Amino acid sequence: MRKTKNNKKTHSWLERTLQAKTLVLIALNILGVSGTLACKGDKGSGTGVSSFASVSKDVTIQGAGATFQYPLMSKWAQEYNRQNPNVRINYQSVGSGAGIRQLIAGTVHFGSSDAPMTDEQLKEAKMPVLHIPVTLGAVAVIVNLKEIGDRPLRLDGSILADIFLGKITKWNDPKIAQINPEVPLPDKAIAVVHRSDGSGTTFIFADFLAKSSEEWRTKVGVSTSLNWPVGLGAKGNEGVSGQVLQMPYSIGYVELTYALQNKLNVAHIKNPSGEYVPPSLETVEKAATIATSLPEDLRVFITNADAPMAYPISSFSWVIVYRDQKDCAIATALARFLWWAVHDGQQFSAPLHYAPLPKEMVERCEQKIRQIACEGKPVL
Amino acid sequence: MSRRRFSSDSVFFSYLTLSGASIVAILAGIAVVIGLQSRENINRTGIIEFITGTTWDPVTGIFGALPAIYGTVLTSFVAIIIAVPLGFGSAIFISEFAPPKMGAVFSVFIDLLASIPSVVYGLFGLFTFAPFMREHVQPLLQGAFGNLPLFQGPPLGVGFLTAGIVLSIMILPIITSVSREVLKAVPTPEREAGIALGLTRFELVRGVLFPSSRSGLFGATILALGRALGETMAVTMVIGNRYEISSSLFAPGHTLSAVIANEFTEAGTPQYLSALAGLALILMGITLLVNVIARILVLRITGATR
Repeated sequence: MRKTKNNKKTHSWLERTLQAKTLVLIALNILGVSGTLACKGDKGSGTGVSSFASVSKDVTIQGAGATFQYPLMSKWAQEYNRQNPNVRINYQSVGSGAGIRQLIAGTVHFGSSDAPMTDEQLKEAKMPVLHIPVTLGAVAVIVNLKEIGDRPLRLDGSILADIFLGKITKWNDPKIAQINPEVPLPDKAIAVVHRSDGSGTTFIFADFLAKSSEEWRTKVGVSTSLNWPVGLGAKGNEGVSGQVLQMPYSIGYVELTYALQNKLNVAHIKNPSGEYVPPSLETVEKAATIATSLPEDLRVFITNADAPMAYPISSFSWVIVYRDQKDCAIATALARFLWWAVHDGQQFSAPLHYAPLPKEMVERCEQKIRQIACEGKPVL
Repeated sequence: MSRRRFSSDSVFFSYLTLSGASIVAILAGIAVVIGLQSRENINRTGIIEFITGTTWDPVTGIFGALPAIYGTVLTSFVAIIIAVPLGFGSAIFISEFAPPKMGAVFSVFIDLLASIPSVVYGLFGLFTFAPFMREHVQPLLQGAFGNLPLFQGPPLGVGFLTAGIVLSIMILPIITSVSREVLKAVPTPEREAGIALGLTRFELVRGVLFPSSRSGLFGATILALGRALGETMAVTMVIGNRYEISSSLFAPGHTLSAVIANEFTEAGTPQYLSALAGLALILMGITLLVNVIARILVLRITGATR
C-alpha cells in the first residue's frame, strides 16, 4: 500500500529520501508512522484556531534526536504530561544526526543533538534555528588496568590524543608515568577501544582531543564517526565498556551517565587550570558556568572549559527548534515545555545521572526560548 | 457454470501474477532507490575509486569500500568452510544414521538454533566467545601455525576469525535443515538398490545420496552464504570494526552491512549518506553475483535435467 502510494509521487519522494532518511526511519519505526500522522492531524486542526490560541486544546509535540537525551526526555515528557494533561510530548531517540535531518525535513517540531548543527546544515534549514542547551553531557575515559587498584589514573589531553593516535603504545610510557608517580604502570601494550557507530560521544571526545593536540586536529579531525588511526571499534556505550572490561590493558571512552550507572573505573583528566578532575555531575556542571562568555548562538563546545574544578570533556546537549513557528498552538506549547525543562525539569537530572544546568546557563536558555515566535510575535 | 469457473480462474490467475510481480517490483524498487542515493558520492569520487579505495574518512569525505568488501567476503568464506562440513555431516546423521526418534529430537534442536535472534549471538560472541578465543584458541593456533600469515598479530579475541566462527554457528541450522530435507527426498528405491548392490553406508552416502541430491545441497550452501553475507548485528559485535585489510584472521576488520548499521543514524552530510547507500548497492551486487554463479554451477552439475 505504502509502496504504490509513494510511487505516484516518485520524484518528490525520491528527492526527500535523498536529502533525509526520514522515510526510511519512519518505515523502520511503526511508532514513527503513527507519530507523524498524529502530528499532521494536530497541524490541521491547529490552523482553524486563531493565532492567540491558548494551549487549552490537546497538542502533541513531536521530537526526535539524541539517544543521550532519551531517558531524561522520557521522564520530562511523562512529568510534563502529568502536570499539563493536554500536552503530549512524543520523543524518538533516533540519534543526533537523524534528529537534525528530521527537523530540516520538517517531520518533527524539535530536534535534539549532542553536536550543534554545522554551517552547512543551517544553510540547508533555510530558516533561523535556535540552539537551546537543555542538559549537560560528558565523556568518561575508562581503563582496564588491574595494577592500579582503586587509585585513579591521571591523563591529560595531549597524552590521550597520543594514545588514540597510536603514538603512545605502552602503559609505562614516560609521559604517563610522569603524571602518575604513585601508580605502578605495567610494561604492557595499550589496547585502544573506540565507538564504531556514529555518536555524539565520539564528537565530544574528538573535539577535546583536537583542542589538545594539533596533530589530532589536522590528521583525524572532529566528527561523529572518524577514521581512527588505531584501535578496535565497538558498538554503543555497552559495546565499548564490554570490550574494555574483558580486555586487559585497554582504554576506551563512554558517556558519563553510562560510566556512573555501571560504576566503571574512570580516569581523572587535566583541565586548563591544571587540576586532575574526576568526571562527576558536579564537575560537569562547573564546566557550564562559563556560560556568560559563550557566543550568542550557543553553538559551542565547552570542552576544556576554563573554570575551577571543571571537567574538561563536558558538553551541552541541545534541543534545536525553528525560531519562527508555523503553528501557534504548537509553538506556545513547545516554548512552555522548554521553559519548564530548563527550570523545574532540571530536578530530574541528577537522579538519572545527568548534570543539571547551572543558573548562569539557565539565563542564557531563557533568552533563547523567548525568541520562539509565531506569526512574528514571541509566544511567551 | 463455465463462466463462473472462468472468472474465478482469472481472479486467481491475476492474484498469482500480482504476487509474482510484487517480488520483482520490490527488488527493483530497492535497487533503483539505493542506486539513485549512491550517485552523489560516486559522482564525486568515481565508481572505481569508490570500490577500490581503502580509506573511510567521514571527516574529509573520502569513502572507499574495499576493506568492507574484503571483510564481508572473508568472514562469509570462513563461515562456509566451517559450517558446510558440519552441516552436511549432521544432516546425513539425522536422515540416515540416527534412529528416527533421535533424529526428530536433533531436528528440534537445530530449528531452535535457527530461531535465536542474531543480537543474542552477538552478545554471546562478545562476552563469552571472544575472551575464550583470546585466551585459549588464538594462542593455541599461534603456537601451532604461528609462521603462517593467517595467524599474525596479537590475539584480541575479536576479528575476522571470531566473526567467521560466530557466523558459521548462525548459518549451521540453515545448511543442516535444508540438506536434511534434500537427503530425505532421495527416493527410497534408489537407497534400496544401493543396499541390494552391497554398498556400505559410507558408499551409499557417497555413491547414491550425494550424487542425486547435489544441486539441493549446493542450494543449501548458497542460502547459508546469503545469510552470512548480509548478517549485521552479530558480526559487528565481534569483528572489531576496524576499517582495514589484513591477511591475518586475528586482525579486526569491518563488513559492508556493519558499516551501514553503525553509521547510518549519524551520517550528517548527503555525501556520507550516499556513500553508505553505495555500500548497500555493492552488498546487493555481491549477493546477486553469488546467486548467479550458484545457478550456473547448479546447471552444470545437474546437466540437462533442467
